[in-house]
Amino acid sequence: MREKLQELCHEALQALDAAGSLEDLNETRIKYLGKKGALTQVLRGMGKLSAEERPRIGQAANEIRSAIEERLAARTDELKVAVQEQRLRREVIDVTLPGTPVQWGGKHPLTRVRENIQDIFLGLGYVIAEGPEVETDYYNFEALNLPQDHPARDMQDTFFVSGGNLLRTHTSPVQVRFMEKTAPELPVKIIVPGKVYRRDDDATHSPMFHQVEGLAIDRRITFSDLKGTLDLFAREMFSPDTRTRFRPSYFPFTEPSVEVDISCVMCRGKGCRVCSHTGWLEILGAGMVHPRVLEVSGYDSEEVTGFAFGMGVERIAMLKYGIDDMRLLFENDLRFLQQFR
Amino acid sequence: MRVSYNWLKEFVDLDISPRELADRLTLAGIAVERIEETGKGIEKVVTGRIETISAHPNADKLVVATVNTGAEKLQIITAATNVRAGDVVPVAVEGARLAGGLVIKRASLRGMESRGMMCSGRELGIDPATMSPEEAHGIMLLPPGTPPGRDAKKVLGLDDAILELDLTPNRGDCLSVIGVAREAAALLGLPFRQPQAVFPELEENISGKVKVEIEARDLCRRFVGRLVKNVRVGRSPLWMQQRLRDAGIRPISNIVDVTNYVMLELGQPMHAFDYNLVREGRIIVRRGREGEKITSLDGVERELTPDMLAITDPSGPVAIAGVMGGLATEVSKKTTAVLLEAAYFDPTSIRRTSKALGLRSEASLRFEKGIDIDGCAGASARAVQLITGMEAGEAVAGMVDNYPGLVPEKTLSLRSERATHILGVEVPREETFNILTNLRFKVEDTGNEMLVTVPTYRVDVSREIDLIEEIARMYGYNRVPVTLPYGLSTAGIKTGKQAFLDRIQELLAGSGLYEVVTYSFVHPRVFDRMNLPENSPLRDTVKIQNPLSEENSVMRTMMLPGLLEVLAKNYSRRVQNGAVFETGKVFYPRRGDSLPEERLVLSAASMGRTAGSWNTPSREMDYYYLKGVLENLFRELGTAPVAYRPETANPSFHPGRTASLETGNEKLGVLGELHPDVLEKFDIPEKVTAFELDLAGLLAVSGRPLQYGALPKFPGIERDIAIIVGQDTPAAEIMDTIRSAGGELLQSVSLFDLYRGEPVPEGNQSMAFSLKFQALDRTLTDAEAGERTEVIARALAARFGAELRG
Ligand SMILES: [Zn+2]
Repeated sequence: MREKLQELCHEALQALDAAGSLEDLNETRIKYLGKKGALTQVLRGMGKLSAEERPRIGQAANEIRSAIEERLAARTDELKVAVQEQRLRREVIDVTLPGTPVQWGGKHPLTRVRENIQDIFLGLGYVIAEGPEVETDYYNFEALNLPQDHPARDMQDTFFVSGGNLLRTHTSPVQVRFMEKTAPELPVKIIVPGKVYRRDDDATHSPMFHQVEGLAIDRRITFSDLKGTLDLFAREMFSPDTRTRFRPSYFPFTEPSVEVDISCVMCRGKGCRVCSHTGWLEILGAGMVHPRVLEVSGYDSEEVTGFAFGMGVERIAMLKYGIDDMRLLFENDLRFLQQFR
Repeated sequence: MRVSYNWLKEFVDLDISPRELADRLTLAGIAVERIEETGKGIEKVVTGRIETISAHPNADKLVVATVNTGAEKLQIITAATNVRAGDVVPVAVEGARLAGGLVIKRASLRGMESRGMMCSGRELGIDPATMSPEEAHGIMLLPPGTPPGRDAKKVLGLDDAILELDLTPNRGDCLSVIGVAREAAALLGLPFRQPQAVFPELEENISGKVKVEIEARDLCRRFVGRLVKNVRVGRSPLWMQQRLRDAGIRPISNIVDVTNYVMLELGQPMHAFDYNLVREGRIIVRRGREGEKITSLDGVERELTPDMLAITDPSGPVAIAGVMGGLATEVSKKTTAVLLEAAYFDPTSIRRTSKALGLRSEASLRFEKGIDIDGCAGASARAVQLITGMEAGEAVAGMVDNYPGLVPEKTLSLRSERATHILGVEVPREETFNILTNLRFKVEDTGNEMLVTVPTYRVDVSREIDLIEEIARMYGYNRVPVTLPYGLSTAGIKTGKQAFLDRIQELLAGSGLYEVVTYSFVHPRVFDRMNLPENSPLRDTVKIQNPLSEENSVMRTMMLPGLLEVLAKNYSRRVQNGAVFETGKVFYPRRGDSLPEERLVLSAASMGRTAGSWNTPSREMDYYYLKGVLENLFRELGTAPVAYRPETANPSFHPGRTASLETGNEKLGVLGELHPDVLEKFDIPEKVTAFELDLAGLLAVSGRPLQYGALPKFPGIERDIAIIVGQDTPAAEIMDTIRSAGGELLQSVSLFDLYRGEPVPEGNQSMAFSLKFQALDRTLTDAEAGERTEVIARALAARFGAELRG
C-alpha cells in the first residue's frame, strides 16, 4: 500500500509539472485529489489494513496530499504569471499613433490680445466700459476739445452717417460718456475696448480697427503715475525687461501729451528692420486729461486730475505675434486663425 | 516739413551733429522722422566748362566734348542734347560715385575714349519732382560764371542734412526754419539770432502807389504790402534753388523763389503780384461774391463764394487769399515791378476754403495753423532784402501796413504747485524760469505765481496747462519719476455682460469653431445675396455718406453675410472644411438724428466636415452639428429651455432644415442650413449651416444658478423602447410625451437609434429610446418599470399611432 501511495504521489507530481495550462492543472487535481480521484481510490483499500498499520498509512496519505497540494499551488502561481505575460504581450499597442482628436477651435488673435490687455488693467483695479460705435460729433470731437474746424480733426479721417453723426474714430468718446455718468464720484478707473473706424485703407491701415482706451481720474493723479502705469503695462504685456520711452506729443484731449515707445521686441533695442533701426517701437498715445475735457464732463479741473491712454490692438497683436501684414487680421483665413489656439 | 541743418545754423550755432539734434528735438516733441544727407555717396564730381563740342565720327546720337575741369581737359562722350560750348556743368571724373551707387570709369564709346560723365540733377540725387521737366531730363547747367574745378556738391549746396519733421498740428510755428531754430536754441541753451532785414531803398515812396483796403476785417487781420521796381525776372542763385528743392519745392524764378524762401525761413506765406497788372495799385481784401470766378495759378478756373476770402483789385479777384494766387497777375518774364503781400488770414476761413476748393498749398497749410501776426512786416522786409541782394529789383521806400486791430499780448499766470500737482515732480523754480525764458516767453516772478507773456508765434499756448506742458517737455519727460497712483482701491471686475461674452467666445472656441473679425460695414448687395425681399426691414440700413467704396458703404443689420464671405474666401483658397463664429454689433437706424440702435449678436457658420482621424470618423458639420454646439453652449450658460420650432419661410434658409430658437415667447434667433440660392450667390459649392442669435435676449434668459440635487441611494432600472412612427412626427413631441407619461419615476430619456428603410414601412421611421427609471426612496421593481414602460407605449400609440417594435 505504501508503495502504491509513493507511486501515486510521484505520478501526480509529474503530471502537475507537465500541465501546460490552468485547465490541465485543474484536470490533474481532479484526477488525483478529486472525490473520485486516485488518492481516494487508494485510501478506500485502507479497511483491509491492520489497526496498527492504519494510522501510519493514514499519515502517509495526508503527507502525500499536502505535497501534491503544495505543488499544485506553486504550479498555479507559475502558470498564472505566464498567462498574464502572454496576455500583456498580445495587448501591445503602438503608443506613437496620434490620439483621438478633440474638436477645438480658437479665439481671434485680436481677442486674445484685447483680453491680455484687459486682464492687466483689471488687475490694477480698472473696470471695463463700453459705448456706441456710431457716435455724435459732440462726443467724438467737441467734448474732447476738438471743435469744428480744428486742424487736429484731420488726424482722424472720419466716416459720416446721417444726422451729423459719425463712426467713432477712437474709443475716447466713452471717456466723456462715462465721466458724465459718474461725476462727481471718484475715482474713475476704466478701460474701454472697442472697434473704431477711420477713412484709411492701405497696407498699414484698415478702415475698421480696434483700440483699448484707458482713463484714471482722482484727486492726486500725476504725470508720473501715468508713466508708472504704462511702464508696468509694457512689462506685463511684452516682457519684464521691456523698457519704455516717453516723447512729448499732441492730442487735443490731453495735456501734457505723450507718445510711448517700448524697446523693440524683435531686437531688444539693438536696431532692426521692424523698429527702423531706432531700437524703439511706438505703441501708444497718452497724456494728462485736458482740463477742458474734465470740465465738460462734470469735474472740477482744479480739484481732480487724471490720465488717459489709447492703444491700437492690431499694432500690439502684430508685435506680439510677429505678424507682418495687418490685412491678415481681417482676412480670416482659417490657416492663419488655426495658428492661434 | 523738411528743414536744412545748414540753414538752421544761420540762426543758432549748433554744436552737435544732425543725428544728435534730431534725437534732442524728438524727445522735446518735435519729432524727426528721418535725416536725409544730401549728396551722400556722391564723390569726385567737379565743375567743368565745356570748351568744344563736335560730332562723334561713328555715331549720330553722340557728341564729343572737351571739358575743362581746372586741373585738366577731359574728352567726354555724351548723348545729351542740352549742352553747348561755354556751359558749365557738373562732371563726374574717373572713379567718381553718383547717386544710386554708379561708379564712373574710363570707357570707350564707339571707338572714342570718354574720361568722365556730365551729370543730370537726378544723378546727383536731386528729386526730379523739384526740377523743371527740361532740367529733369538734361544735364544740369550751372551759372555761366562758375569757375571750373570746384567741388560740385559744395557749389550746389549738396553737403547738407535735411531733417524731415513729423509735426503735431499744434506746432504751426515750427513750419519754418526759425521756428525749429528757436526750439533748438532753447533746448541746447544756445543764443538765437533774430534776423534783421536791412536793404537800400529808392527815393520814391510807396504811398500813393499802393493802397490796401480791408473790408473783411474778421478774415484778414493784417496786410503788409511792399513794392519792388526795376525787376529783372530770372533764375535765383543755386544755393536758394537747392534749399527750396531740399524742402520739396520746385524753383521757378527769382521773385517766386524768394517768396517761397521767406515762407520756409520765417513761416510767413507771401505772394508776389505783377504790380502793373493790379488795377490802380489798389488791393481790396473782401469776401468772394456769388458767381465770382478766378483762374488760379494752376490754370484752373474756380468759383468763389461769400465764405471765401479774396484779394481783389477794382476789376475783380486777383488771388484766393492764403490759398493760391491768380493767373492774371502772375509774375512773368515781362514783369518789371512786383507788389509783395505778407498778410495774416483767419485760420478757419483758409481751412474751409482750401477744403471746399480741394486745393492745399504750402501757404494754406501754414495759414490754417495760425501764423505769427507780428511777423508780417519782418517777412516782407526779408523778401525785399533777398530780391535787392541778388540784384533782381530795387525797393520802393516804405510799406503799406494795414493792421486794423492790434492783437493784445497774452499773459498767463503759472502756479508752480499746480505744475507739481500735474507732473508729480517739482521742477525747481529757477529751472522753470529758465525753460520759459529760453523759449522766449517773458516771465515775471511775483513770488506766488509767475506771470508769463507768450510770444505771438506760439498760438498754441493759451492756458496754464499749456505752460506746464512746455516745462515738462523741456525738463524732459524721461526725467519725470515713475510712480503708481494711490488712493481708494477699486475692484477690477467685468460686468455680467462682459463675462458672458467672454464665456461664449471660450465655449465656442472650445467646441471647434474659430472666431473671425469682419467689417461692420458691408456692400448693400449682401441683402440680395441673402435672398431678402425688397421690403425686408433688414434692408433699412445706416448709410455711410463718404464710404471708401460701395464695398463698405452700409452698416450691417445682420452678421451672417460676413461669415458667408469668410467661408467663400476660404473655400476659394481650398480650405473647404471649417466652422467660424463672430460676436459683434448690428445697426438699425432710428428716426431723425438719433443714434442708431446697436445690438450685439452672435453668429456662426459651418461648412464641410470635422477633421477625422485613423480611429475617429469625420462628421458632417451640418444642422445637428451646430445644434449640438448650441445645446452645449446653452447648458454651460444656464439658459432656460430653448425650443426649436420649424421655420419654413425664412428666405435665407432651407425651408425644411431651419429652426426658430425660442424661450417662452421670446425669439432668440435662427439656426438652419442656408438656402441653396444663397449659397450659389455667395459662390459656396458646399452646404453651409449657420445660426444668428441676439445676445441681449440670450443673456436675459441665461445664468440659471447651479443647484445640487440628492444622489439616488437605490439602484435604478433601464429599459429600452423602440417604436415605429410617421417620419414627420417631431422628435421633441415624442420625447415630451414620453416624459409626461413616464411621470416622476422616469429619470431620463434619450434617443439612441433612428432608422428608416426596410423593413420599416415607407413613410415611417423606427426610433429607439433608452429610459431610465429611478425612485428616490426604494429599490424599484422590474414590475414597476415594466408597468411604466407600458403606460408610455400606450401614450405614444394614442397620440402618434406609434407601434411598439420587437
Ligand atoms: Zn528692432
